[in-house]
Amino acid sequence: MTDVAETTSRDVDKVVIRFAGDSGDGMQLTGDRFTSASALFGNDLSTLPEFPAEIRAPQGTLAGVSAFQVQISSEEISTPGDAPTVLVAMNPAALKSDLGRLAQGGTVIVNEDAFEERNLAKAGYIDNPLEDDSLDGYTLIKIPMSKLTREVCADLDVKTRDAERSKNFFALGLVSWMYTRPTEPTLDWIEQKFKGKDKVIAANTAAFKAGHAYGETAELGSHVVSIPPAKLDPGTYTNINGNTALSWGLVAASQQSGLPIFLGSYPITPASDILHELAKHKNFGVRTFQAEDEIAAVSSAIGASYGGHLAITTTSGPGIALKGEAIGLAVSLELPLVIVDIQRGGPSTGLPTKTEASDLLMAMYGRHGESQMPVISAYSPSQCFDAAIEASRIALKYMTPVLLLSDGYLANSSEPWKLPDVSTLPTIDVEFATKPNTTDEDGNPVFHPFARDENLVRPWAIPGADGLMHRVGGLEKDDGSGNVSYDPANHARMTELRKERIDIIANDIPLTEVRGDVDADVLVLGWGSTFGAISGAMRRLRKDGQKVAHAHLTHIHPFPRDLGEVLNRYETVVVPELNMGQLVKLIRAEFLIDAKPINKVMGQPFTAGELERELLAYIEAGKAS
Amino acid sequence: MANAPVTTKKDWSTDQEVRWCPGCGDYSILTAIQMMMPDLDVRREDTVFVSGIGCAARFPYYMNTYGMHSIHGRSPAFATGLKMARPDLDVWVVGGDGDMLSIGGNHLIHALRRNVNVNILLFNNMIYGLTKGQYSPTSQVGKVTKSSPQGSIDQPFNAVSLALGAEASFVARTHDMDRKHMQEMFTRAHAHNGASLVEVFQNCNVFNDGQFDTINKRDVRDAMLINLEDGAPVRFGVEKERGVMIDKFGDAVIVDVADVGEDALVVHDEKRPDPGVAFALSRLAMDPYSPTPVGVFRSVDRVEYSAEATSQLAASQESKGQGDLAGLLRSNPTWEVE
Repeated sequence: MTDVAETTSRDVDKVVIRFAGDSGDGMQLTGDRFTSASALFGNDLSTLPEFPAEIRAPQGTLAGVSAFQVQISSEEISTPGDAPTVLVAMNPAALKSDLGRLAQGGTVIVNEDAFEERNLAKAGYIDNPLEDDSLDGYTLIKIPMSKLTREVCADLDVKTRDAERSKNFFALGLVSWMYTRPTEPTLDWIEQKFKGKDKVIAANTAAFKAGHAYGETAELGSHVVSIPPAKLDPGTYTNINGNTALSWGLVAASQQSGLPIFLGSYPITPASDILHELAKHKNFGVRTFQAEDEIAAVSSAIGASYGGHLAITTTSGPGIALKGEAIGLAVSLELPLVIVDIQRGGPSTGLPTKTEASDLLMAMYGRHGESQMPVISAYSPSQCFDAAIEASRIALKYMTPVLLLSDGYLANSSEPWKLPDVSTLPTIDVEFATKPNTTDEDGNPVFHPFARDENLVRPWAIPGADGLMHRVGGLEKDDGSGNVSYDPANHARMTELRKERIDIIANDIPLTEVRGDVDADVLVLGWGSTFGAISGAMRRLRKDGQKVAHAHLTHIHPFPRDLGEVLNRYETVVVPELNMGQLVKLIRAEFLIDAKPINKVMGQPFTAGELERELLAYIEAGKAS
Repeated sequence: MANAPVTTKKDWSTDQEVRWCPGCGDYSILTAIQMMMPDLDVRREDTVFVSGIGCAARFPYYMNTYGMHSIHGRSPAFATGLKMARPDLDVWVVGGDGDMLSIGGNHLIHALRRNVNVNILLFNNMIYGLTKGQYSPTSQVGKVTKSSPQGSIDQPFNAVSLALGAEASFVARTHDMDRKHMQEMFTRAHAHNGASLVEVFQNCNVFNDGQFDTINKRDVRDAMLINLEDGAPVRFGVEKERGVMIDKFGDAVIVDVADVGEDALVVHDEKRPDPGVAFALSRLAMDPYSPTPVGVFRSVDRVEYSAEATSQLAASQESKGQGDLAGLLRSNPTWEVE
C-alpha cells in the first residue's frame, strides 16, 4: 500500500483532512494547531470542529468520538469541505463513525496500537478492520503511534501514561510533514502553551518531531502534498472563529460608541466562549457578570442599560426562551440591549454541541404581546465581527433591544480574516439627554421620557442627570410623558408606534445585494451560516454553465426595503435553511411568493455538494417548464 | 453624594396618584421613606428605586427619583446590573413576599451573597395582594385562601433566617406601625456598604387584615416585639421582665429575667462574624403569634461587589494598559499577504 517512494511533493489546490479520536485524545487541539500552521502559511481555510456534549464520554465508544475537519486551499473556499480526503483515526470508534464521510479512494491514517480487542469491541467491530477487506478502496497507513510516542519519551523522565497522551502530537507531526506545513509555529506554540510544565513540553515536542521524522524515514514520500498559499487580498490576516470575532465586534462597538460594555451572561454551550473572551478584556472597560441564571443575566443587562452602558446578554436557544419576558420589558422600556443567540440543535437540550438555525421564529415572535425588535444574522465566522457592530449600532441608535443570531458552526469554526483598519469602522453616535424636552401646562420645563424624535426614537436619560428624574416600567405608558396609562386609544397608539419605529430602521440598512447571475431564473435566498455552503454550490454550478443568483440576508427584521421587489424578479426563490423552514415562512407570509425550502436538521452544516444537487434540480425543473 | 441640596418630603414625591387600597400598610412605608430621604444627604438624581411586580412594586412610581418597575421577581438582578454599571448611584429595591421570596427567591439570595450595595426592602404581608388573595411563601401552614380552601400545606419561609443563610451582611426587621423604627432601619440599611435586607411586616387590609395585630398593635407591642439593640442584653416585656438566652444547643430561648439573672441573657452583637446567634434569634418567631425580634440582626463588613468589580477593571488597565482595539485584533498570530 505504501511501497512507492517519491521524494518530491506534488501541488494540489485543496485538501480536506479530518482528525478523529476519543474525546480525551486531543483532536480539537490537533486540528486547531494544524489549522493555525496552515493559516500562517497563507492558505485559505475553513474548519468544522465536532465534539460530543459530554466532557469525557465513555472512552473508546462511538458516542465519545471527537472530530475536527479542516479544508485548506490555495484558492478561495467557503466551507470545511464535503468529504475529507484524509481521515486520521486515533481509535476504532473514530474509524467506524467517520469512515463513511471519507471520499472514495481517500487515505486513512490509523493509530494501529488502539486497534486491540477491547477497543474494537467497544466500537462494535467483530473483526479488526485493519486486517480484513473493510478498507479496500482506501489507502491505509497503519502506524503504531502510541508505541512510537512512548519510545521517544522513554528518556525524558515522563510517566508512560503521560507520554502516551502526547500521541496526538505524533499524528500532528506526521500530517504536518505530509502536507509540508511549517513546524515552527507548532513548536513555538507548545513552548508557550505549556510554559512551566517542562516535561509536557519535552514530551509533546518529542512526539511532534517523531511524527514528522516518521514520514520521512518510513518512505511515505508518495503522500507528500503541498498546497500553495492562496491568492488573498493584500493585507494583514489572522485566523478567527465566530465567537471570538463576535466578542471583538462588541468591544469595537464599545469603542466606537464610547460606552462601556456590560455583559450579563450565564454559561451555556455554544455561547460561553463569548463570556470567557470578554472577561479577558476588562482593560477596555468591559464589565462581565456571570449571573445566577439566564433571567438574571438579561435583567442585569437591562439594569446596566438604564444606567447608560452598552448592555449585552449572550446565550443559546434555551436561554432565549428564559429571557423572553425580560426582553419584552426591554421592548416596552425602549432601552438598547444586544441579545446574542448562538443557536444549537433543539428543542430542549437537543444537540448542545451541534449546529442548527432553528431559533429564527423565536427571535421574531418568541415574546408575549406585540413586541417587535430588530433581528440581525451573522453569516461567516469573521463576519460575526461586523454583525456585532451592526447589532450594537441599531440598538443604540434606535433605543431598542436587538437579537443577533449566530450558530454553533459559526461559533467554533474558523477562517482567515483580513483585519479591518480600525479607523474605518463606523462611529456610533450616542447622546444622553441633558435637559427637559417639553413644558407642562404651566409652562415649566419638564422631561418626557417617551417624547420621540423624527425616527420615533425616545431620549436616553440616565440616572445622575439633573432634573430628568423619571420612572420607566412594564405597564403601558402614556405617549410622551411615560406615565402609567390604561387609556385604550393610547395603548393602540403606543403599539403602533413601537412597530413603526422598528419598521423605520429599514431606511438605514443596506439594500439587497444579489451575487452570481443577476439575470438567472433561480435565486437562492440564504441567511446565517449557510453562506459558505451556498457560495460553494454557486461556484460549482456556475463553473458547469448553470445560471443562478444568490442573496444573503443579514437583516431579517426589518427586511431590506427592496427585498420583495428583488424576489419578484425571479421565477424561483429557493431558501436553504438548517431548520424545517422558518425564513421561508416569513418570505411567503410577507411577500406572497411561493418560495421553496431546502432543509437539513442533522446538527451539521450543509455541504456545498448537497446544495449543488438540490439547486440543480430547481434549475432544471425551471428549464423544463 | 455628600452636601446634597436641602429638600423636603414634597421634593421626593411624584405627582402620580397613589393607587394602593385605602388603609394599606404600604402608605405608611412610603411616607416614612419620603420623609426620611431629605435626611440622607443624597441627591434625587443619584437615587434609583427598582421594583418587580406586586402591590409593593408600584413604589418607584411615587418616588421623584429615577426608577424602574421591572418584571416579577427579578428586581435584585436589575439592581445588580445597574449598581455594577453605576456604583455612583444609590440603589433601592422594593418588593413583596411573593415577588422576592417566591418567583424571585433565586435573585434575592444571590444579590445577598454577592453583597452588592443595594438596599432591599421586603414588604411582607404574608399574602398575594395584586392577584387577589392567594397564599404566599410566608403564609402560615393552614392559611385558608382562595387557592388553599382547605388550608395551605406549605412550610413558610422566615425571611430573616433565609437572608442570614444566604450570607447577607446586613439583615433587619421592622413593621409598618412604627414610622420611627422603620426610618431607623432604612437609614441603617442605607449606611451599610453592601447588600442590606430589611423585612417590613406590612398589613394587607383587604386580603390579610390584622395578620400582625398579635404582635404590633400598640397594646401588645411591648410584650410581643423584642427590640434588638447592639451591645445590650436582649430583653422585652412591659417591665422588661423577659429576656432571651442561648442554651447549650445554641438555640435561643425566652426566659424570665428573674429566674436566670440578666447576666445569663444573650448580649446582642450585630457585628458577630458568625451568623449563628443571629439565626437562632430569627428562629424565636416562626409565626406572628410568638414574641418576635425586630431591629438589626446582623451588620458586618464584607467586600462590596460593585467596588470589587470596578477594581478588577482598574487592575486590568494597570497591568495591560488602556484597551487598544487595533492591538486586540492582532493579539493572535497574524500573517501578511502582499
